[in-house]
Amino acid sequence: MLSGWFVALLATGYLGLLFAVARFGDARADAGKSIISANVYALSLAVYCTSWTFYGSVGRATSGGLSFLTIYLGPTLMLLCVGVIIKMIRISKAQRITSIADFIASRYGKSQLLAGMVTVIAVIGVVPYIALQLKAMAASVDVLLEHAGNGVEVWGLDSTFLMAVVLAFFSILFGTRHLDATERHEGMVAAVAFESVVKLVAFMAVGLFVTYGMFGGLGDLFQRASASADLGRLLELDSGRAGTWSALIILSGLAIIFLPRQFQIIVVENVDESHLKRAVWLFPLYLLLINIFVLPLALGGLLHFDGQSVNPDTFVLTLPLVHGAEALALLAFIGGLSAATGMVIVETIALSTMVCNDLVMPILLRSTGNFIEKRSDLSGLLLGIRRAAIALILLLGYVYFRAAGEAYALVAIGLISFAAVAQFAPAMFGGMYWKQGTRAGAVAGLLAGFVVWLYTLLLPSFAKSGWISSGFVEQGLFGIGWLKAQALFGLAGLDEISHSLWWSMLANIGAYVAVSLNSRPDAVEASQAERFVDVFRFDSRNTEARLWRGKASPDALVGLLERFLGAARAGQQLAAYAAARKAGNWRNLPADAEFVQFAEAELAGAIGSASARVMVASVAQEEDLGLEEVLDILDEATQVRAHSRELEAKQRELEAATAELREANERLRELDRMKDDFISTVTHELRTPLTSIRALSEMLHEDPRIELADRKRFLGIIVNEAERLTRLINQILDLARMESGRAEWTTGEVDLGEVARESMASVEQLFRDKGVALDSDIPASGLVVLADRDRLMQVMINLLSNAVKFVAGGTGQVHVKLGVAAGLIRVEVRDNGPGLTPEECGVIFEKFRQGGNTMTDKPQGTGLGLPISRQIVEYFGGNLWVESAPGAGANFIFTVPLPVPEDNNGRQTK
Amino acid sequence: MKRANPTRQRLAALGLLGVPLLTYPLLSLPGGEWAGIPATYLYLFGVWAGLIALAAWVAERRGP
Repeated sequence: MLSGWFVALLATGYLGLLFAVARFGDARADAGKSIISANVYALSLAVYCTSWTFYGSVGRATSGGLSFLTIYLGPTLMLLCVGVIIKMIRISKAQRITSIADFIASRYGKSQLLAGMVTVIAVIGVVPYIALQLKAMAASVDVLLEHAGNGVEVWGLDSTFLMAVVLAFFSILFGTRHLDATERHEGMVAAVAFESVVKLVAFMAVGLFVTYGMFGGLGDLFQRASASADLGRLLELDSGRAGTWSALIILSGLAIIFLPRQFQIIVVENVDESHLKRAVWLFPLYLLLINIFVLPLALGGLLHFDGQSVNPDTFVLTLPLVHGAEALALLAFIGGLSAATGMVIVETIALSTMVCNDLVMPILLRSTGNFIEKRSDLSGLLLGIRRAAIALILLLGYVYFRAAGEAYALVAIGLISFAAVAQFAPAMFGGMYWKQGTRAGAVAGLLAGFVVWLYTLLLPSFAKSGWISSGFVEQGLFGIGWLKAQALFGLAGLDEISHSLWWSMLANIGAYVAVSLNSRPDAVEASQAERFVDVFRFDSRNTEARLWRGKASPDALVGLLERFLGAARAGQQLAAYAAARKAGNWRNLPADAEFVQFAEAELAGAIGSASARVMVASVAQEEDLGLEEVLDILDEATQVRAHSRELEAKQRELEAATAELREANERLRELDRMKDDFISTVTHELRTPLTSIRALSEMLHEDPRIELADRKRFLGIIVNEAERLTRLINQILDLARMESGRAEWTTGEVDLGEVARESMASVEQLFRDKGVALDSDIPASGLVVLADRDRLMQVMINLLSNAVKFVAGGTGQVHVKLGVAAGLIRVEVRDNGPGLTPEECGVIFEKFRQGGNTMTDKPQGTGLGLPISRQIVEYFGGNLWVESAPGAGANFIFTVPLPVPEDNNGRQTK
Repeated sequence: MKRANPTRQRLAALGLLGVPLLTYPLLSLPGGEWAGIPATYLYLFGVWAGLIALAAWVAERRGP
C-alpha cells in the first residue's frame, strides 16, 4: 500500500518538473532561441490524448472491442488533409485570429454575436470535459491508495481541488504571459509536448508489462480471450455497427481541429507551416503506439479480474498493483496525470481567451462605456479578466465534477463534447471555401445544430443521470412520440452519438446553406469572405487600402492602442510598423487605411476581431462603402489578378520565343562556320592538283631539254591531275546540288540485283588489274525498289572502287551480298583490307576525310565519294554505314526500303 | 498565383484512400486469426501503419 504523502510528493514533484520545462521553454523563446521544432509541435498535438484516452480507452475496449480505435483513426485521416489545416493557419496569421470563436466571427463580418455563440457552445461542451479530467485524477489517487470516495484530503482540503488550483496557477503563469493572444506560449507548448512523451512511455510500459509480464505475449492473450464466449466477442468487429464506426471517425476527425485546445495548438501555437509536414505522420504514429496495447490491457484485465467488480477504466493502475509492481503503477499514475493536466492547461487557456474576448469584452464595451472610458490603461484589466476566466473555468469544472460524481453525464462527456464542437464544422469549412456563406446563415446553422445537439445528446445524458425527468427521452416531448430525444421522428436503431450527429448536422448544414442562399452579406462580410476564401491569392497590398475609407485621427488610434495594449507594447508595435513603412516615427505617417488596418489588427490580437472592429469604429469615422462598392473593388481585384496572370502567361510565351530565336541563331552561326570550313577545305583540295599541274607545266615550258620519256611521264601526271580536278569539281557541284535540294532525281522501279551486277561488271577491269577477287551473293528476284537507277549505280561503284583501293593486290577479296529483311533491301560490300578504327568509322563519312594516312600517303580519292553516297541512300529513305575493326576488313552496308504495298483504297499508307 | 502543391495533394489522396480502407464494408473482410492474433486487429493496425509510413515518405522526401 502506498502512502498518501508519498503520492502527493510525487505528484508535486512532477508538476514542479512541468513548471521547470515550461519556464525553460519561455526563457528560450525570450532569448530568441525557440525550442519549438517540428517534433515538439507534432508531440504537442497529442494533447488530444487526455485521461479519457489514458484510462477510458481500456474501459471502452472492454465493452466495444476495437471500436475505440475510431477516435484515433479520424484524426489520422483528417491530418492528411494538410491543405485545409495550412489554409486555417494562413488565414489565422493574416487575420490575427486568437481562437476558434474569433475565426468564425471574423469570417462572417467580425460578428460579436457569432463569437459569443461559439464561445457559449464551446464552454457548455467542454467544461464537463475538464471535469472529467479532474475526476480521472481523483479516481487514480483513490485506486493507488485503495480507498473509496473522491480524493484525499491534504491540510483539510480536497486533493483534486488542490490539483485544480495548481493547474490554474500554471495556466495563468504560462498562458497569459502576453496580452496579445496571437503570440505563442512556447513554454506551455514545450510542457505539453513533454507530457505527451511521459504519457506514451507510461502507457506503453504498462502495456508491455501486462502483455509480456502477466501473460505470454499478444498471441497468448488473444488465445485465452477467444476461448471465452464473452471476450471472443470483443475480438470481432460487429458489422451491424458500421454506421457508428463511420460516424465516430467523422466526429473525431472534426474534433482534432475544432476542439478549442486542438485549434489552439494546431493553429494559434504554430510557429512554422512546415512543421505540419512532420506532424502529419508523427502524430498519427503517436496515436498508433498509444493504442497498440489498449485491447490487450482490456482483455488482460477482464481475464484477470474475472467476476470481480473492478472498474475497467482503472485497469491501467490496478493490473500493475495486483502484481505488486508499485513503481510501474506510480509511473502509470504520472502518465494519467500528464494526460489530464496537459488537456486542462491548454483547454482553459483556449477557453479563457474566448471568454475574455468574446463574452466579457463585448459586454464591458457595451454596457459600461463610461467605465472603459475612464481607465487609461486597460491592458492590466484584460489580463486580469483572462486570469479570472481561467480560474473560473477550472472552478466550474471542479464544481461540475463534485456535482456529477459517478453520473452518466460525466462518464459519457467525451463523445458528447466532440459532437458539440462538430457543430462548428459547417460554418468553418463553409467560411474557408464558400464565399456565399453569410453571417445569418452561420448563426442559423450553429443555433439549429446546437439545439439539436442539446436535445438529442446533452439533455438525455442529464436525464440518464437522474437530474431531470426522462419523459422526453422515453415518451417524447409533451408525450409526442416522434419527438423522442434519441429516436427523433422515429429514427431508431442508431446509437445515440450517430443519431445526434446525423440530425444535428442535417439541421446545421441545412440551415447554414438555406439561410446563406437567402440572405445578402453586408460590406464587411463580403470583404472578409474574400480574405478568407482567397487567402492564398488575396492581394492585400492593393486591395486592403481601398476597402476602408473614412477619417481617422492618428492620435485617437494610438490612444486606443495604448489603452488596450499598454503604452510600452503599443510604442514597440508602432515603432515596428513605422520601420516597415520606412518612416522614422509613426507621427510622420498619414492616418490612412493602412494605419487603421494596422491598429485594428493589433487590437484584434489582444481583444478579438469583433471587439477590435467596434473599438476602431468608435474613434474613426468610417464611411460605409456599401455592399455594391465593396463587391466592385473585390471584382476589380480579381480582374487585376486575372490580368496579371495573363501578362505572366504572355511573358512566359515571349521568353519561350526568345529562347527559340536564340537557338535558331546558334544553329545559323554553326552552319555559317561549317560553310567557311567547307570552302577553305575545298580550296585546299583544289589547290593540290593545281599546284602539281602548274609545277610540271612550268618545268616543261622553261626547260626544252627534258627527255621525251620524262616529258611523257609529266604530261601523264598533268592529265591525271586535271582529271582528278574535274572529278572533284563535278562532285562538289553534285554535293552542293544535293544539299540545297536542287539535284535532279529520276525515280522509277529499279532492280537492285541488276544494279549490283552491272556495277561489278563495270569495275571488273580495275579488280583484274590489281589481282583482287570479286564475288557476289545476289538473289534472283524480289529486289525491286523505287529509286534513281544511275544514282544507286554511283553508290555501288563508289563502294566497290573504295574496296579495291584499300585491299592488298593479289590477296585482296571483295564480296558483295544482297538480302531482304524487315521491309528493307540490305546491300553489303565486304573487303579484307586493313579495316578501320571505331573512330574512323564515323569520320570517313565526313567531307574530304579519306581512309589511310593523308599526311604521308598520296590521296587516293577526292574524299567526297562516301558523303555523296550517303546523301543518295538517305534520299531514298535508307542508311549507309560501315562495320569494321582494325585488321578485320571493312563491311560497308546500305539499305533501301522496299516500296510500301498499296492498300485497298489505293492510297499509300505511311 | 499559388499553384497546387503536389505534396499536399499526395497526402490528401492518401487520406482519401484511407477512408474506404478503414471503414465498412472493407472492414468486414478480415476474419479469423493469424499467428494467434485476430485478423481484424492486424488489419486495422497494419493499414494504419501503412498509411503513416506512406505519409512519412511523401512528407519527408526531398525534391520538387
